[in-house]
Amino acid sequence: MRRILFDNLMRAPLTEPPPPPDAPAAAHLAAQLNDVAFRRLGRSLAIRAVDAGSCNGCELEIHALNNVFYDVERYGLRFVASPRHADVLLVTGPVTKNMQAALIRTYQAVPEPKWVVAVGECGFDAGVFAGSYACVGGVASVIPVDLHVRGCPPTPVALLTGLLALIERSAAGAPSPPVASA
Amino acid sequence: MVTFVDSLASCPPIEALRPWPGFIVDEDLWRRAGDELAAGRLGLAGLWGDRGCVQMALFSAQPTIILLRLAVPSGRFPSIASLHPPAMRLERALHDLYGLSGEALPDQRPWLDHGNWGLAEPLGTPRPHRGPDRYGFLPAIGPMLHQIPVGPVHAGIIEPGHFRFFANGETIVRLEARLGYTHKGIDGLMVGAPLERALRLAGRVSGDSTVAYAFAFCRAVEAALAIDVPPRAVLLRAGMAELERLANHCGDIGAICNDASFALMQAHCGALRERVLRAADAVFGHRLMMDRIVIGGVAEDYAAVVPVLRDLAADIERQFPPLIELYDKTTSLQDRTVGTGIVNAALVARYASGGYVGRASGRHFDARRALAYAPYDSLAFDVPLRTQGDVDARIWIRIEEVNQSLRLLRQILDRLEAQQPSAPRAALSDHLARNGEGLALGEGFRGDVLAWVRIADGRLEGGHLRDPSWFQWPLLEASIEGNIVADFPLCNKSFNCSYSGHDR
Repeated sequence: MRRILFDNLMRAPLTEPPPPPDAPAAAHLAAQLNDVAFRRLGRSLAIRAVDAGSCNGCELEIHALNNVFYDVERYGLRFVASPRHADVLLVTGPVTKNMQAALIRTYQAVPEPKWVVAVGECGFDAGVFAGSYACVGGVASVIPVDLHVRGCPPTPVALLTGLLALIERSAAGAPSPPVASA
Repeated sequence: MVTFVDSLASCPPIEALRPWPGFIVDEDLWRRAGDELAAGRLGLAGLWGDRGCVQMALFSAQPTIILLRLAVPSGRFPSIASLHPPAMRLERALHDLYGLSGEALPDQRPWLDHGNWGLAEPLGTPRPHRGPDRYGFLPAIGPMLHQIPVGPVHAGIIEPGHFRFFANGETIVRLEARLGYTHKGIDGLMVGAPLERALRLAGRVSGDSTVAYAFAFCRAVEAALAIDVPPRAVLLRAGMAELERLANHCGDIGAICNDASFALMQAHCGALRERVLRAADAVFGHRLMMDRIVIGGVAEDYAAVVPVLRDLAADIERQFPPLIELYDKTTSLQDRTVGTGIVNAALVARYASGGYVGRASGRHFDARRALAYAPYDSLAFDVPLRTQGDVDARIWIRIEEVNQSLRLLRQILDRLEAQQPSAPRAALSDHLARNGEGLALGEGFRGDVLAWVRIADGRLEGGHLRDPSWFQWPLLEASIEGNIVADFPLCNKSFNCSYSGHDR
């Protein structure tokens, strides 16, 4: 173990520079926020992930945000274990009918101000599962959504870009209408 | 003595089924199959519904798979679960979806149906549902027992499911899982779907196994329609399957150690996993390789495959051994993993549990070997086996499988290099006019995935995908008995069962 730790001290870190801000989302936000200064590290957000019936593909890429390449904690983004500690609900899945009640209760447990990010094509409009007897539909059909990060699944960079845009918006205060990212 | 398999010869065969034999049986033989399962002479590979009938896939000793089909005009059939408990949840699901009930099914509680769909028996004769009922967990009776309800929303970034612990202080007396939260109605969406759409659905049954599912589904379709896959595509498919196994095993080894608070392993294994996904993205244009396996082959030629994956293999071969050594020499970590969450060999054999769960408890089964399919039938690899059945054994199986996947990947790349160029995908025009039925069993990182399809006029008349987790979830419950609550995450991660794959 000592050798591994020592080798790592001698080596440049694997962690990569942040992705460039998502241009359309940033422009949209800038207009909405009345040119509020974009403060990249000015706020932190506590995130609570909720799987509302996804295939687990989105979860894998959300997990990847925590690996050393993306290292989201350096941006002040932190995954928390309870909705009561969260600012942001990160929701995946076509919202199955069997998860609808749990999603609503989790949303209600998040204190204000709060934001909801819908992840993936399923989170957007139920994706390939649209029309099933067992699915409600995109996350927005159950709780209000502030940001969609699309993709099947979205890459960690797409997720990070969306979350960084949200940090900038949250720095300005109240939630605003949905923005599409990535 | 006339064996059960011999007596099937008198039944009408399912003519259209490829590549394994199938029979239309009567209630007597169906019941006898249950007896054979209970006696351990057959293994249960799947049990599911179709219009007006129930179907059961069996592992027989040959080894091969046999499909049995029983018409159920009355809506009732002899329960297999009453003879062979591994069928229990499958029969409960069958009842929820199709309204077909096993006579004398010992557990009558709904399984996938939580009363939220607005209708009952959605794939049978749908009728209005009376709504959610209180779900009664199996009781545990004794002094000083308390219950710990967990989920469906869990503390980490994981899938939803409910766990009900009965504990005495820290010691778990009984764990019972309640699943079905991620049920998306995939079997229903499959009916009538054009093949391409059905394949997209198959690739999204369990995202971590998207390659394994697409591979198995395509093999079932190709068997049904007699499609020959070009040699390059066969190798590329296996290359993707081994990348998927590498990525998931690396991720799991780190994550299990992390659940014993050994974060160093997680950091390094997470980096390895990320390297695999980036290589997959560089070659196949998608980190998880979704939708890259198509009916008749693979979507494109993927010209970058050899150099990129050679670099990746060399990279992992350099970085993985020190991590194995780290695991092997950290006694404080092994103090948590050794002897924790033991599954005994008899239970694994009874449930015909696949993957690392089976192979860590002495069941030497790997679909790539036992029911070898191309290209694995001509590649050299070992199927690791352990008998301890604890968390440690499930970690070691993964470690050894990482090495075997690298060995396979090297052979695949050598062949791709030496091979004459061929189209990435077979021409399909003639084949799509055919009708047929196909079965396939493929080895995903978690275990064997069963795929069954019935095709008519270019569409699925019926399709079913059985996740290995069906025969692993019940053993997690058995493994945790007598362990402490704090070791549950560790045990759970060492199983890493799929919720979505199970719930469908």
